[in-house]
Amino acid sequence: MTIKKFSPEELLALDKFAVDEGKPHILVDNKYCAKCEIKPCLLVCPARCYRLKDGNVSFEYAGCLECGTCRVVCKDGGVTSWNYPRATFGVTFRCS
Amino acid sequence: MANENEDKFDAIVVGAGPAGSACAYTLAKAGRNVLLLERGNSAGSKNVSGGRLYTYALELVEEGLYQRAPLQRKIVREQIMMLGAESAMTVDYFNPAFGGNDAEKKAAQSYSVVRASLDEWFAGEAETAGAILASGQVVDGLIEENGKIVGIKVGEDEMRADLVVAADGVNSLLGQKAGLFPDASSHAVGVGVKETIELPDSVINARFGVTDAEGAARVAIGCTDGISGGAFMYTNKGSLSLGIVFNADQAGKQKRHIQDIFQDFKMHPAIQALIEGGTSVEYGAHLVPENGYDSIPKRLYRDGFLVVGDAAQFGINTGLIIRGMDLAIVSGLAAAKAALKTTSPADLGPEYMRQLDELLLMANQKAYRNFHHIFEINRIFHGYPELANDALQFLFTVDGKVPTPMLKGLLNTVRKHASYGQLAADGWKAFRAL
Repeated sequence: MTIKKFSPEELLALDKFAVDEGKPHILVDNKYCAKCEIKPCLLVCPARCYRLKDGNVSFEYAGCLECGTCRVVCKDGGVTSWNYPRATFGVTFRCS
Repeated sequence: MANENEDKFDAIVVGAGPAGSACAYTLAKAGRNVLLLERGNSAGSKNVSGGRLYTYALELVEEGLYQRAPLQRKIVREQIMMLGAESAMTVDYFNPAFGGNDAEKKAAQSYSVVRASLDEWFAGEAETAGAILASGQVVDGLIEENGKIVGIKVGEDEMRADLVVAADGVNSLLGQKAGLFPDASSHAVGVGVKETIELPDSVINARFGVTDAEGAARVAIGCTDGISGGAFMYTNKGSLSLGIVFNADQAGKQKRHIQDIFQDFKMHPAIQALIEGGTSVEYGAHLVPENGYDSIPKRLYRDGFLVVGDAAQFGINTGLIIRGMDLAIVSGLAAAKAALKTTSPADLGPEYMRQLDELLLMANQKAYRNFHHIFEINRIFHGYPELANDALQFLFTVDGKVPTPMLKGLLNTVRKHASYGQLAADGWKAFRAL
């Protein structure tokens, strides 16, 4: 895409994903997120997989770049399980 | 080394990044029976890095090895940029000596690299040397017997080895499963985001003042909304790598999404001029070990188990020099040397630590041990870059009016951004960190 300020969707559209339908590699329980005041995941997930919907943290694993940032910044237990996608799934970087 | 049964390897290396491949290559060349596992469909396909490799590390593995590597451009221009709202000050240090000497077969000090090709090449070298390379293999766990790590699990399959090397990257789930360390702390890592932007080589050469084989590496501050961190730009063959690394802890406590901060940086007039006409082809992200020596886990081994590379949190960031891949390669080499030198599992770990010392990796980490304290000076990221730009604006402005006396004008500019007390405090902090 030509140079311009990209939306989150445009950025992820640059990448190649094989989504493991129905099998999220990261599990989030947002009842813990409700107690978290700063919700760092909303600002630091480079793929914006974490978003606020109706006041609750909502997680979508499809565009995950597998960086591990959420795992490191989540302090209140919202990320209950963090793994890599199963073999052949997830993002494939071709020129990074 | 003879195996009691044919399913057992001398070594299983988990992760075909620079650390894992350096280890597997060295072991395989010495005749060891090595399995190199990679979770991506090909080595490098799960990796992102800024994009510069310091060549000495490949030279330590094998003299001349770098000549076979798919390196991008020799870095002969080191650039530092301080951004104002729309202006920018750039220091451009050109030194052809950094480019080595082809006639004398002297390697350049560093090269820009693209991980998809670099990692695939290095894993291929390990395979050619005799290692078994298996891609698309996600290791789920370790096999432990009598307090010793004796193998790994991939789904239902178990594979055994005298030695398991965790080269599984900054998130090292294996190191955690081995009980060696907890999750990395958010203040000790940076979250990096990056766009790869294609541009014709002729355009890159003209904009950066380099030839086809040469390139520039640039760091920039004043573009992170005051978050501890900085931007980078590397020239590759036919593309630029452009990104920002943010301190993960601080990035989670401010107001704007790091993607938005990154996109604003990309559209800064001084950056836009360099990428104009290009095509964005990929967006990547990765965690970076940033805290240096103090964040290296106290124990990097157990009987039958060694931790190398990003998994061991090896990393050096001075703001000007950002090192990770070279340390990964050196640590992979250290692990291989330790395995080749010892026979008893109990001796292996201590020998690995000795090799890390002998190859000067630990000395390098220690030399910069206190350096990260300099990044606690928040005005480096918000305040001083603007000060530099304002000072230059004052010095270069000609509008026909009566000019403010030079010294008075400069002192006014300084006071706009920091009090003398703040300057003294920051100066003292910097002095102590250095």
